[in-house]
Amino acid sequence: MPILELKDVHSYYGHIHALKGISLTVEQGEIVTLIGANGAGKTSTLRTISGLLHPREGQVFLEGEQINGLPAHIIVSKGIGQSPEGRQIFSRLSVMENLEMGAYSRKDKEGIKSDLDHVFRLFPRLKERRSQTGGTLSGGEQQMLAMGRALMTRPRVLLLDEPSMGLAPVLVETIFEIIRDLNKEGVTILLVEQNAAKALSIANRGYVMETGRIVLSDEASKLQESELVRKAYLGED
Amino acid sequence: MNASLTAQANSPNQTSMRAWSVALRYGLIGGAVALFLALVGMVEAFATRYVIANVIDLGTLLLFLSYLGAGYVAIKRSGARTPFEILSQGAFAGFIASVFIALLAVVIYAIPGIRTIFINASPALLAILTFKMGVPAGLVPILLSGVIFGAIGGLIEILPPSLRRSLIYAAMVVLVFGLMQDLLRVTLQKWKFLDPATSFTFSNNGLTIVGAVTLFILTFLASQLWQRRGNEARARYRQLPTRQQQLLGWGLIAFSVALLLVLPLLVGLFFSEVLVNVGLFILLGLGLNIVVGFAGLLDLGYVAFYAIGAYTVALLTSTSLEIVYAGGNPFWLALPFAVFFAVLAGVILGIPVLKIRGDYLAIVTLGFGEIIRLIVLSDFLKPILGGSRGIELIPKPFIGSFEFAGPEELYYLILAGCGLAAFVAIRVKDSRLGRAWGALREDEDVAEAMGINLVSTKLMAFAMGAAFGGLSGAIFASKLAIIYPSSFNLLLSINVLAVVIIGGMGSIPGVVLGALVLVGLPELLREFSDYRLMLYGAALVIMMLVRPEGLWPEKSRQRELHESQQEEILSGPLAADEEVAREGAAG
Repeated sequence: MPILELKDVHSYYGHIHALKGISLTVEQGEIVTLIGANGAGKTSTLRTISGLLHPREGQVFLEGEQINGLPAHIIVSKGIGQSPEGRQIFSRLSVMENLEMGAYSRKDKEGIKSDLDHVFRLFPRLKERRSQTGGTLSGGEQQMLAMGRALMTRPRVLLLDEPSMGLAPVLVETIFEIIRDLNKEGVTILLVEQNAAKALSIANRGYVMETGRIVLSDEASKLQESELVRKAYLGED
Repeated sequence: MNASLTAQANSPNQTSMRAWSVALRYGLIGGAVALFLALVGMVEAFATRYVIANVIDLGTLLLFLSYLGAGYVAIKRSGARTPFEILSQGAFAGFIASVFIALLAVVIYAIPGIRTIFINASPALLAILTFKMGVPAGLVPILLSGVIFGAIGGLIEILPPSLRRSLIYAAMVVLVFGLMQDLLRVTLQKWKFLDPATSFTFSNNGLTIVGAVTLFILTFLASQLWQRRGNEARARYRQLPTRQQQLLGWGLIAFSVALLLVLPLLVGLFFSEVLVNVGLFILLGLGLNIVVGFAGLLDLGYVAFYAIGAYTVALLTSTSLEIVYAGGNPFWLALPFAVFFAVLAGVILGIPVLKIRGDYLAIVTLGFGEIIRLIVLSDFLKPILGGSRGIELIPKPFIGSFEFAGPEELYYLILAGCGLAAFVAIRVKDSRLGRAWGALREDEDVAEAMGINLVSTKLMAFAMGAAFGGLSGAIFASKLAIIYPSSFNLLLSINVLAVVIIGGMGSIPGVVLGALVLVGLPELLREFSDYRLMLYGAALVIMMLVRPEGLWPEKSRQRELHESQQEEILSGPLAADEEVAREGAAG
């Protein structure tokens, strides 16, 4: 059974039909990536999964349990962690407070403590800056904080929305490195990226989205070879 | 800083030209302020109160302070360094300011008809402006006072900070004692053994000259002593073992509590009345602080909960014959209902506005406040709520045979209420709920993605805020014994919001301080109540420009408003990014 499954999901913003029948699966331990141009519906898909957007038709399953229609805070506590687009951290709270907010839905103090240590091991820079306010962090650090905060929910599936957006190329490398490490530790990841080449290089499988539909899905390595992806997203002729 | 930097770059001649033009500019501003104060009638109204008996009154002092301010700011901005520059430019700024007043005196003297336009430009004002010497003889002291106070203002800026602070404290203490002399004298007369000191310090209409000088010197010395020895004392405190530190801490708390408990006995009837009013606003402020300061939901209709608390108590306890169906119950029975109905109203308001944010929320809550006021005012509900006549004959609370009859007794009721509210607010602030509010205030979307239940979190904020509002209203009703709809207008919501903002959003001690400043001070200066709103407005504007985080800010808010400074200290985000990049490249 896939850990996460979407079946023919349709989502709307008012009258705007953002997702026109999305079906996808994520298996335990995979990195699955959603690639596509601006406005293809990648972020909307993530918002639909995490309950910030409610689908009008179709179902979302987490380990076979239907979760669409549940409020976002319940879905978080069921094990879907999200690092939102644009590094939305709490800029006025300190790094430590941000991470504590990530563990808001949990009550196991021991587990929170060990997860905090884990996050600090993954992102030593956050430990250095733990009493600094989020807003004063650099772009890369903010991205690390957003990811660390998502990890504090101890997610069964981690949704990452454009983790490389607006970062210097070297930093992009670092961030993808960390995503791969996380996955090796057993975290299942659904990764939304505009940087298709990078995303496909670390993913097991990928889905290509265009205007609210999935137009292609395959093993990541096969997608890298595919004519359509090479032309449209990898910038090759 | 900037001024001195550019000063070095330019030729000396240009520099001094620039400095003089700065002095001129602030002189003009100071003059405009002085002119404004005179023409709105503040100088004349304030002149009735002597700070030092028969020497200086508050109205004249306002004018002197305008000159002084002109000199002070001019020197601060012009970057003058040498004593001669400072004295001459400060004096020049003060002189320019005083020219406005001299001209005003001439105009009032020469054109009596000016009163038809500026009704405050009266002969009485002329007498005050010219030190009762008339025109032209009085013009000399006007301009002279401008020069002197302008120069003093300039000197303040170059004094060493410790000396400056002590002088300002000393001047403020003299001013406060002078302004409150009526009240202080009456209060001090309760203490017979203080009589010699009292009559030494106060005459019938202000401080005596020796009293003022003594006060000034004593405060100055105390401040200097504290500045010299304060650090030492603090260091010694820190060296004490934790156990003793705790004991000292508890001792201090016990002393404060004891002081609060005997306060009405010490200060007498009038101050107790003021304290009760301040207490009502502290309670309101603590409630609104939860909604606005903690959860970041801008509520402009907070008065609604105050009204609901007051009307619930009135309806349930009034012995008026017109209130036949529910009245006559004791206060303590009505109180839980008052809080309950306020909470209910909070939830009822909360549900429809769950999806509304920011400015839109402010408008909806504004409407809610008005709706409650219009309901209690309505003719339709007049048989129940009394319409514009309100509800009368609300009894005072009793405990056994002890009646909370006057301000001195009600003080304890409001003290208990504030204590409870402060305790709840402090506890809840650091709880899970408090953290959820903090996240909500920062960013609703991310808060939701963090697993925070927005619905219950928001409703809890509205409900808890409403509970304190209802409690305050309940005490208000039994204090006044009669309530009208007009007591519950928009201005009250604005006042409470101002208390929260001036005190420092999200800060609990800030609310107490805000209420003391915004409610306590005006109560003590009642005869100037005409100018209350004007001063309120001026205070808010100045506050937002000079100290936007409030008088006693909460720490994360201070961080936000001074983030740029913090960034500088921490070498800035850009530098940090480069660091990461370098590390990444190396590894």
